[in-house]
Amino acid sequence: MTKFIKGNEAVVIGALYAGCDLYFGYPITPASEIAHGAAKWFPMLGRTFVQAECETASVNMMFGAAGAGKLCMTATSGPGFSLMQEGLSYLAGAELPAVVVDVMRAGPGLGNVYPEQGDYTPAVKGGGHGNYSTFTVAPASVQEMCDLTAHAFRMAAKYRNPAVVLVDGLQGQMMETLVLPEREDARPDFSEWAAQGVPATRGNLVKSIFLDAAAQEKFNERLQAKYASWQCEARAETFLADDAEILMAGYGISARIARTAAAALRARGVKAGVFRPVTLSPFPSKALAEAARGRKVMTIELDAGQFADDVRLNLAREGLGAEAASVKTVSRMGGEVVAVDDAVAFAAELARGC
Amino acid sequence: MNTIEQKGMYAEFPRCGKEHARSTHYCAGCGHGIVNKLVAEACAELGLQDRTIFVDPVGCGVFTYYYWDAAHISAAHGRASAAATGAARARPDAVTIAYQGDGDLGAIGFNNAFQAASRGEKFGCIFINNSLYGMTGGQMAPTTLEGERTTTTPFGRDPELTGHPLHVCEVFNQLKAPVYIARVSVADTARIMQAKRAIRKVFEIQRDRKGYALLEILAPCPTNFGLDPLRAAEFCKNEMEREFPLSVFRDRTQDAGAAAEAPEQSPLLAVKPVPRAASCAELFAAPAGSEAPAAENDPSVPERRFKFAGYGGQGILSLGICVAEAARLERRHSLWFPSYGPEQRGGSASCSVVVSGTPIGSPAVEHPDVLVCMNRPSYERFAGDVNPGGTIMLDESAGDVPPPPDGVKLLRIPAIRMAEEFGVPKAANTMMLAALRKYKVSGLSDESLETALAASFRKKPQLADKNRELLRMAEDRMPD
Repeated sequence: MTKFIKGNEAVVIGALYAGCDLYFGYPITPASEIAHGAAKWFPMLGRTFVQAECETASVNMMFGAAGAGKLCMTATSGPGFSLMQEGLSYLAGAELPAVVVDVMRAGPGLGNVYPEQGDYTPAVKGGGHGNYSTFTVAPASVQEMCDLTAHAFRMAAKYRNPAVVLVDGLQGQMMETLVLPEREDARPDFSEWAAQGVPATRGNLVKSIFLDAAAQEKFNERLQAKYASWQCEARAETFLADDAEILMAGYGISARIARTAAAALRARGVKAGVFRPVTLSPFPSKALAEAARGRKVMTIELDAGQFADDVRLNLAREGLGAEAASVKTVSRMGGEVVAVDDAVAFAAELARGC
Repeated sequence: MNTIEQKGMYAEFPRCGKEHARSTHYCAGCGHGIVNKLVAEACAELGLQDRTIFVDPVGCGVFTYYYWDAAHISAAHGRASAAATGAARARPDAVTIAYQGDGDLGAIGFNNAFQAASRGEKFGCIFINNSLYGMTGGQMAPTTLEGERTTTTPFGRDPELTGHPLHVCEVFNQLKAPVYIARVSVADTARIMQAKRAIRKVFEIQRDRKGYALLEILAPCPTNFGLDPLRAAEFCKNEMEREFPLSVFRDRTQDAGAAAEAPEQSPLLAVKPVPRAASCAELFAAPAGSEAPAAENDPSVPERRFKFAGYGGQGILSLGICVAEAARLERRHSLWFPSYGPEQRGGSASCSVVVSGTPIGSPAVEHPDVLVCMNRPSYERFAGDVNPGGTIMLDESAGDVPPPPDGVKLLRIPAIRMAEEFGVPKAANTMMLAALRKYKVSGLSDESLETALAASFRKKPQLADKNRELLRMAEDRMPD
């Protein structure tokens, strides 16, 4: 069955189907509809909604709820996401599953409430202190705001790690048709490590502290091995990429702009294709290399080139130095969105140099 | 080896990294050591170790998980009350106890502790006040006494520069929700016995799920006071108690749960019962009449882009949703996007709709095929963007406007006037919908547009019928 619904509301639906039991949140535009939906629907299903006093509280409430062995989440936008970085580091350090949805807005500072993708680096590289990563997914439709939120919970539970759903204000606010999930996930059993207040978990300790340097180093190595092990979960999508001469790479909303631009370029005889990472951490570097080999690569993004840097890095890692060096970027910032016409003109210009 | 069994504590403390460790990390004469013993005893004597979740702080109390035999969550500095909120909400049958110091609770985490108390979270907070930061090296805390020398008040705390000691219990006592608020001390045997009773009470309140409890415990810190244990205890008893008198500020354990006399309340302020759903499927089931399967790919259906614009309050956003919803009912790919943010609360409103037989790329409508304008400013702003071959529907109230771009058809619709004539001025958007149907501008069927219109009044069924009627009346009256 389908519903015509906002992306922000679809996030809540995905979370509920995935078995999320607690929502902790603080209002912020353009993410507030997620809190509104959660405030209504969590209690209707007998689950818990708490409006926290600040984003620092939200993320630490998640620390407590996840530590007590339940799936939980919060949603925010840039300034709130900044405040949550310490908490994300603690969640990663204590290996706790939890999901943070960042509906990006323009920054830095107060910025404005219009869409941007400027939180890429903290969302993908671990924006808090220490060596950690989050599992990060980047929806590009209302359907995926539901499905990838649910996926984020599954990955968070599987890898005992915080996961981030990275979207932008435009996708949060837009409505599309959502096909509801077919079934609800079963609740994962965390009794092996969680502090649940029952006899079986009395000996459990949830912590991120290792007073001994050697033990802390060993723990860090284990975390890094875990992050390497989830590379198999990398996902990407391509569009018209098989015979493309120009490959347009972008995630989330930028990938949709790229899709329209690619179709328009094809109509003009320019062989353009799209590469879209669905997961940003792990980054789908193999799929990128496959799509980019021998092509000119450009990125479309709503930031100062943070994503392009990662595209270059991953191409270089895969041994595609020439392609990495060729990467060009068309971007807008401040709440402005790359116009399809501009992306088309940029790509056409690049193609002329082929 | 002879060991004295300590109720509620592990027999040995291997978590500290040393084998067969039996001593705590606390300095001789430290209040934490005494309180750790009392907490462990209370938890064990009440038979609550299996049910207890301790939320540990950062500070000298950080290592309570070495000692207390129960489940632990080691929180970030200052955040034990936030983490305890999460744990207590996640596990309402558990006994959740946050243990915090005066830097942790009084400074960095004050708001988290205060707000948790204000919400009446169901956990107990044991708050150690030793008038300074212990673990980090004896710095000033909010609780540091006037004139007290610390590593960051080397000349004594000067109230002119750093204010006065923070009275946490007295502040929290202004809140409605807490069930129990008390201040005790562990500076001598009599006080320790009193503290033990109070600690037991905190556990009992949680065991019985009565609500939030705060217990402040004055504790000596000989190391950072620079005094031997006896003189440190004297300092705690004499100097600290002068500033922080021992007291039970509040004990509502007897009346907690009893029905309070409810004052006369406005119906505007009534708490409503939450309607329950048994499952997600039940909660999100589509209302009768608006079920539709997923979109079907049909490349023969071209993409059509709409822009709707006008003043806020003219129903512009719901008109757009109606068109997009109708497309969903026809199994088209369909997208709606509003202007949002501060402008949403001001004068102008606009939204975009894309309908297509294939998956939709960019959601931004830079060049609409159909532009619906309820006023002149909207026309002036967007008319120039319309694709050749497109249509503009403009409310006639806009008056004389510059001609549309070449190849764009301009239709003037008396939407506002007709709505007024029908006696429903708010229905101007329904009049525009009638025009979209009448002049076949949307590419969508009459039936699905009408179903979508009715669905938009789902919560007010009488308005759904009224608007259906208005839709037909308007169409009849519009020229062919």
